[in-house]
Amino acid sequence: MNELQFRDPKLARSIAASMERMLDEIGRPVAVMHVCGSHEQAIARFGLRSLFPKALDVIMGPGCPVCVTDVPEVDEGVVLAGQGVTIATFGDMLRVPGTVKSLADAKASGGHVEIVYSPRQAVELARSTKEEVVLFATGFETTAVATAAVILDDPPPNFSVLSAHKYIPPVMEIVAEMPESRIEGFLAAGHAAAITGWGVFEAFVERHNVPVVVAGFEPNDILAGLAELVELVRRKTPRVVNMFPRCVSREGNIPAQTQLWRVFRPTGGRWRGIAHVPNGNLRLRDEFAHIDARKRFTIDLPSLWDYAPPQFAGQCICGEIMSGIRNPRDCKLFNRECVPENPIGACMVSNEGTCKIWHLYGGVPDLEASA
Amino acid sequence: MTALLEPRVTLKQGGGGRAMRTLIEKLFVRDFAELPFDGVGVGAMDDGAAIRIGDEWLVITTDSHVIHPVFFPGGDIGRLSICGTVNDLAMMGATRVLGLTCSVILEEGFSIESLQAIQRSMVAACREANAPVVTGDTKVMGRGELDGIVINTCGIGLTRTLIRDNSLRAGDRIIVTGSIGEHGLAVMALRHGIEIEADLVSDVAPLNALIASLLPRGTITAMKDPTRGGVSSALHEMASKSRVGIVLEEPAVPVTAAVRAIGEMLGIDPLHVANEGKALIGVHAEDAEELLALLHAHPLGRNAAMIGTCVTERPGSVILDTGFGRRLLSEPDGEPLPRIC
Amino acid sequence: MIEVNGWTATVDFWGVRKQVLLNIVDEPVSPGDYILNHVGFAIRRIPPEAVAETMALYETLLQDDGDDLMTNDVRSEIAGTS
Repeated sequence: MNELQFRDPKLARSIAASMERMLDEIGRPVAVMHVCGSHEQAIARFGLRSLFPKALDVIMGPGCPVCVTDVPEVDEGVVLAGQGVTIATFGDMLRVPGTVKSLADAKASGGHVEIVYSPRQAVELARSTKEEVVLFATGFETTAVATAAVILDDPPPNFSVLSAHKYIPPVMEIVAEMPESRIEGFLAAGHAAAITGWGVFEAFVERHNVPVVVAGFEPNDILAGLAELVELVRRKTPRVVNMFPRCVSREGNIPAQTQLWRVFRPTGGRWRGIAHVPNGNLRLRDEFAHIDARKRFTIDLPSLWDYAPPQFAGQCICGEIMSGIRNPRDCKLFNRECVPENPIGACMVSNEGTCKIWHLYGGVPDLEASA
Repeated sequence: MTALLEPRVTLKQGGGGRAMRTLIEKLFVRDFAELPFDGVGVGAMDDGAAIRIGDEWLVITTDSHVIHPVFFPGGDIGRLSICGTVNDLAMMGATRVLGLTCSVILEEGFSIESLQAIQRSMVAACREANAPVVTGDTKVMGRGELDGIVINTCGIGLTRTLIRDNSLRAGDRIIVTGSIGEHGLAVMALRHGIEIEADLVSDVAPLNALIASLLPRGTITAMKDPTRGGVSSALHEMASKSRVGIVLEEPAVPVTAAVRAIGEMLGIDPLHVANEGKALIGVHAEDAEELLALLHAHPLGRNAAMIGTCVTERPGSVILDTGFGRRLLSEPDGEPLPRIC
Repeated sequence: MIEVNGWTATVDFWGVRKQVLLNIVDEPVSPGDYILNHVGFAIRRIPPEAVAETMALYETLLQDDGDDLMTNDVRSEIAGTS
C-alpha cells in the first residue's frame, strides 16, 4: 500500500476544484460538520482550510473526546491521585481543568500521575508495581474497545478503570436536533466507524434527513469525504456513503463490538459544555465492578469543592463551540485569559480542541482568507 | 512580581516555549538587564553573552542538564552536557572553545558505574569538540532531593565574527544542517515506553567544527540551535527578535522515516521536539547554495537543506507551507505530550 | 504485518517495527496484511483490494471534469498507482 497517494497535493487541488463546481451549482453556502478531533487535526496540520471553497463552512463538532470529558470526571481523577493511587492516562488529559485542579496540578502537588499511550501500557504499569493503578480512560468507542480488551484479558488485581469513555452516535442526534443548527451534512470519523460499522448511521439519516459520509484521516480522504457530502447535498439525496472502504464495512468489527458491549453499558451523562447526552457515556457493567474504580474506591469529591471555582470558568463558551453554534472568535476569553499555557476551557487544552487549533493559527483558521 | 506569576513553578515553564520565556523574562532578565554591562548581555536572551576584548569577542554560556533517562540511544547526559554548551558557543560564532567548567550534583545512591560511564562519555565529547574541561565542582544531595544527576557546564570561547539570533532580514534563506527531531523523539519514545524497533538515535553532537568551516565565508546572518521546543521554537524566536516572518517549506524539511513514523504514532510534530546536533542558519539568498555545498561536504552537514525564506509579512510568525496550503506554525507550549487517537 | 505470535504481532509502520495486540481485530491476520492500528491494538485488517476501491471512489468525484487537464493528469496517476 502506498500511503503517499492519499497525500498527493495535486489530487487534493483537483478534488477541491470539483467541490467548488458543485457548490457553484448549489448557488448558496453550505455548512457541514465533522465530529472527530482527528479530522480537525489533519485539516489543521495540512492547512486544508486554505483549499476549501469559500462557500463551504466546515464546522468542528463535539469530536474531541478529551474536550467533552466532564468537569466532575476530571475531579474524580484528581481526587484519586490525591488518595495515593497511581493514575495512568493519555497525555492530552493532563491539563484539562477540573473544578479547581487538572491532573497536571494534582501531579505538581505530589499525586502520582503517569502518561500512557495505550490501555495495555497501564496494565503493564500495574504489573510492575504493588501500588493501585487506575486507568483514567477517555476516548470514543475506538479507544473504549482497547480498554475493554485489557479488562477481559485478566489484568492484575491492583488494576482498575475510571471510565470517562464516550459514545459518538447519540451526540450526533443532539447536535442535529439543536434548533440553531444549520448543518446540512455530517462527516463521520473513520476510526470509530471501523468499530461500529457505517450501518449505525442509517437510522440517523432516516430520522434527520441529512447525509452522513464516513471518511478517513489522510488529507485526500477528508477532501474526498467533503466532496461526496457536498454532492449529496447538491443532489438532495441524503444517505450514508462510506468513503473509507479500506477500513470501514457496513457491519463493522463484530469481535470488537462484542467485547465493547460485554464490558461497557451506555448510560446518560453530561458531555462538558454540550448537554446531557442519553446513552452518551460508557460505564463498566456490574459484572466488572471489581475493576471499576468508582466502586473500588471511595472518591471524596466534595473535598475538592471547598475551593472557589476559577474566576473565568463561567464565561467559557466551549460547549457552544463544540456544538458548532459559535466559534472561538465569539469568546471573550479566547487568546486573552484562555491560552494553552493557562487553559480555561477544555477546547484550549487538547490538540484536537477547536480553540487550541485556532490558537495555533494565531486566531485564524484560514491563512489565505485573512492575509 | 507576585501578580505576574503563578504561585508555583510548573513543568511547562521548562518546556522551551512561551511559558518558559515568560518566566525567565519576568523573573530574571528584567532586573539583571538593568545592571551596567557593555556587550551582548542577559537582556538579549541569545544563546550566550558576548564581551568585547580587543578586536575579538569573548563568548560565555552556561547550561544545566537534566534528562530522564540518563542514558538514551545515541548518548547520555554527559555527552549532552558537553555538546549543549559547545553548541551554544558555536551558535554565536565562538567555535574555538577556550575552556569548559563542569559541576555535577548527585543524588545519594547514584551508581558509581553509571557515573564512570558518564565521565568517559564527557571526555570523548571533549576530544571530539576540542574543548577542555578546566575546572569543576561536585555536590551530593540526600536521596529523593533530586532525581539522580544534574550536570551544569559553562563555556568560554573567542570569535572575531559575532553571530546573533536577531539579525535575519527579509529575503534571507533559512538552512537546517540536517534531519530534525531525532533527539527529542528518541528520548520520548524511551520515556513513554513506546516499544519500537527502529533506527532512531539522538543526534547529540558538537557542531563547532562544522560551523567553523562556514564562518570564513562571512555570509551567515543569524544562527540558532533548535534544542528544547525544536525548530518551531527556534524559528519563532529568530523571527520575533529579527522582526521578520519566516515561510517554512514543510516538504523541504529533512525528516528520517523513523522520526516521521514515531511522530505520527505519538501525534507529535517533529518540528516541536529537541535537536542536540543541528543548527538553523540564516544566509543571504545569493550565498545560500554555496553555504549548502559547504555543509554537504562535512559529515555532520550532509543532509543539510534549504527550508525557508524570510519575508516582511507577519513579523514574528512562522508560516508553514504544507504543500496543500499555508498555515501558521504553532509554537510549542511546554513538553509535547503524546495524544490519544 | 511482519510476524504473528499468538495475540501479538509485529508490524512495520513506515519503516518502524512495533508490537500490536490482536485481541480485537475483525478477522484473522497473517504476515503481509495491512492493519489499522489504534492505541496499540489492531482494529481492522485492511483488505488489499480496498485501497484500489478508495482510489476508484476518488475518481468518481472527478468524473465530470473530463476537459480539466490537471484532473486527467491526476487520473492517470491514480491508474498507475492502484
